[in-house]
Amino acid sequence: MSLTRRHFLVLLPAAAIAWDSIIAGSPEAAPNYNMTDHWWGMLIDVTKCIGCGTCVQACQAENNVPDGYFRTWVERYHVSDWSIENPSVDSPDGGKHGFPSATKEGGKYFYVPKMCNHCADSPCTQVCPVGATFVSPDGIVLVDQKYCLGCRYCIQACPYGCRFLNPETNTASKCTLCYHRITRGLTTACCENCPTGARQLVDLKNPNDPVHKFIETHSVQVLKPHLATQAKAFYYGLDGSVR
Amino acid sequence: MADPKDAGHLFRMAAVFAAGIIGFLVVRSLFVPESFGQYGHYRGAALAEIAAKPVMFAGHGVCENCHIDVFNVKSNGVHAHVACESCHGPLAKHAADPTTLTPPKIDVAVLCLRCHEADLAKPKTFPQVVSADHSGKVVCDTCHQPHSPKIDSGASQ
Amino acid sequence: MNGIPVEGFMYPNEIELQWGVLIVLYPFLTGLVAGAFILASLERVFRVEAVKPTYRLALLTALAFLLVAPLPLQLHLGHPERSLEMYLTPHTSSAMAMFGFVYLWYLMAVLVLEVWLDYRHDIVVLSQTTTGSKRWIYKAMTLGSTNISEGALALDRKVGWIITIIGIPSAFLLHGYVGFIFGSVKANPWWSSPLMPVVFLFSAMVSGIAIVMIVYMFLCRARGEQIDMRSVDTVARYLFYAFLIDFTLELLDLIHRVYESDESFRSLDFMVHTRLYFPHIVIQILLGTLTPIILLAITQVARLTEAQRRLIYTTAGWLTLIGIFAMRWNVVIGGQLFSKSFLGYTTYKMGFVAREGLLVAIVLTILPFVILWALIKLLPPWEEVRGSHLATSFADD
Repeated sequence: MSLTRRHFLVLLPAAAIAWDSIIAGSPEAAPNYNMTDHWWGMLIDVTKCIGCGTCVQACQAENNVPDGYFRTWVERYHVSDWSIENPSVDSPDGGKHGFPSATKEGGKYFYVPKMCNHCADSPCTQVCPVGATFVSPDGIVLVDQKYCLGCRYCIQACPYGCRFLNPETNTASKCTLCYHRITRGLTTACCENCPTGARQLVDLKNPNDPVHKFIETHSVQVLKPHLATQAKAFYYGLDGSVR
Repeated sequence: MADPKDAGHLFRMAAVFAAGIIGFLVVRSLFVPESFGQYGHYRGAALAEIAAKPVMFAGHGVCENCHIDVFNVKSNGVHAHVACESCHGPLAKHAADPTTLTPPKIDVAVLCLRCHEADLAKPKTFPQVVSADHSGKVVCDTCHQPHSPKIDSGASQ
Repeated sequence: MNGIPVEGFMYPNEIELQWGVLIVLYPFLTGLVAGAFILASLERVFRVEAVKPTYRLALLTALAFLLVAPLPLQLHLGHPERSLEMYLTPHTSSAMAMFGFVYLWYLMAVLVLEVWLDYRHDIVVLSQTTTGSKRWIYKAMTLGSTNISEGALALDRKVGWIITIIGIPSAFLLHGYVGFIFGSVKANPWWSSPLMPVVFLFSAMVSGIAIVMIVYMFLCRARGEQIDMRSVDTVARYLFYAFLIDFTLELLDLIHRVYESDESFRSLDFMVHTRLYFPHIVIQILLGTLTPIILLAITQVARLTEAQRRLIYTTAGWLTLIGIFAMRWNVVIGGQLFSKSFLGYTTYKMGFVAREGLLVAIVLTILPFVILWALIKLLPPWEEVRGSHLATSFADD
């Protein structure tokens, strides 16, 4: 490290100012953020995921997720022969610390990151009795922590297992697509820290978003399409065995 | 038909019900949060509350403001697209004011192996080694410079 | 996580069960309410004279259980202090929210009104004859009107009849809705079924009829009164019919599942044969459904003495209640024991002294009987209260 003291004295305030301008403001106050201009989703490239679990750790650090509960997690699949209906799957501690080395030779193995799919036709918001969980105008499924009763109906209704009851707040909790980051022009914590670029935020209302273009020109899948949730977490390279 | 005088008790009961309904409507007007219904069946103010949460990861764009030399080394190496905080942890507080938070020391032995320990499930093209065979007990950064780990890349140790 | 044994793979957030024994108790209690009420309605609307002796008792039983029913829910909520939100900002697409109003409607517009109208004569007399602090309770319940003339009572009977007519579909709605709360969850194949509201309703009727039958026979014994066998025989016959329908529906669900054998079937089948074997096969089906049906069938075809019939009715009644509780358990707990990935199973760790533990469930099961005892003391169901020299037919002022 060869920062001289002079460099430090000049750069530090500049960085602080640059940083402050990023973190200031709420979506309504933020000068550049207009909710109706965006419709958020995520692209997950299964062929790039290395199961390092950095995303799980990053999410936990960014969002103060309690231990043992997961806003995102990674699963490892092993399909040993032609029958894709019988994979063996593991996710030790959500894949947070990576995975122990796979030992069974033969068949195919791969990692699948999972998260809230921010369904456009969300079954969890349908069942919430009070309107504590909702789809925001920019397409994120959120939970109002001050309004949630903790009845857990939404947790039962989510087909993907992405919700949990936060034992510290006694309310339902889940991935917020780092709403507090994306409204400030940043990307989500998991996308930011994924070392291989397997996870990428996408703005489905922005025709110039390269990830949006990718989704429009490549074969992508969503989880449990037969449930018609209009999930917005798109998977590239998803095997038929994935649940 | 029935004598209206005989229905007095029914009218009283109806009055009790009416009082209950009116009471409910009063309570409703007092207790339903103001921003409820602003954008849909939820408290509109919740959006701002959720968006106001503090940011923990500064993001790769911020680090280069101060650490330009490391940034240059990394940009020329194979870790160019690995975010600084992937390895160094959340450092938004450090970016805002370095005196409040020093990045914690990294346990190299654990960190590097999380990505690079060989596993059947990792993509075949991804650089991975069986660490016991590769280096034994020798720690990774003895030979590899983390910011530009490829050994013949010319990065200094 | 948390030391919960998992077999196979579960999504990490699914390992811990969300709805425990209190959520099992809730449909059990509301089921008893709906069933007891429908039994009471048989007399009023369908003029089944034979069940008249149980009429008032059935109403009080329904009321006692309905009053306790919200308690397990309140204890389950993460924020019970926010529960008023369900009435202030109900989400109309949520079965749970709309159920709050169904409950309120049933409690106030059906049950409370019907009890009041049926007991009003006695309430007025008691408000004038009782001494001590109890008198004020009766006075309050009269709403200030002491009119128990023939005209007023005839009007009460007429309005009560209308309320009972409204009450029958309301009772169906009360418990059918609870079934819909589960049956409409497409994420859960153990729950998601159009049959669910109907199955819940008929199992509710079965449990409600059983409990009224048991409570009636017990109270007669306790008071040294003769049990009206004609009444009990009729009630038992209705129990038998309701059971046959209930069993048919459950069998239909089973056959449909086995035949279609969709992606969830193997996982569910495995669960029923392992983790759920004892509560489902042994308790619910063998002990709680087949045995009572066979016992009741015997009373229908064989000529038995009164004592023999009473013994069978009591046994069948208790087995029924246990079986219906097991059915609620198997739906609620069973629906959470398997993974939505269909690749694994978890375990339900029920606490004992915890907020949602077994001890609380036991207390909440006993509590309705305590309330029923108090209601019986307050509003005796046995005979009309005499006191004609005080019960005048003055018009209201």
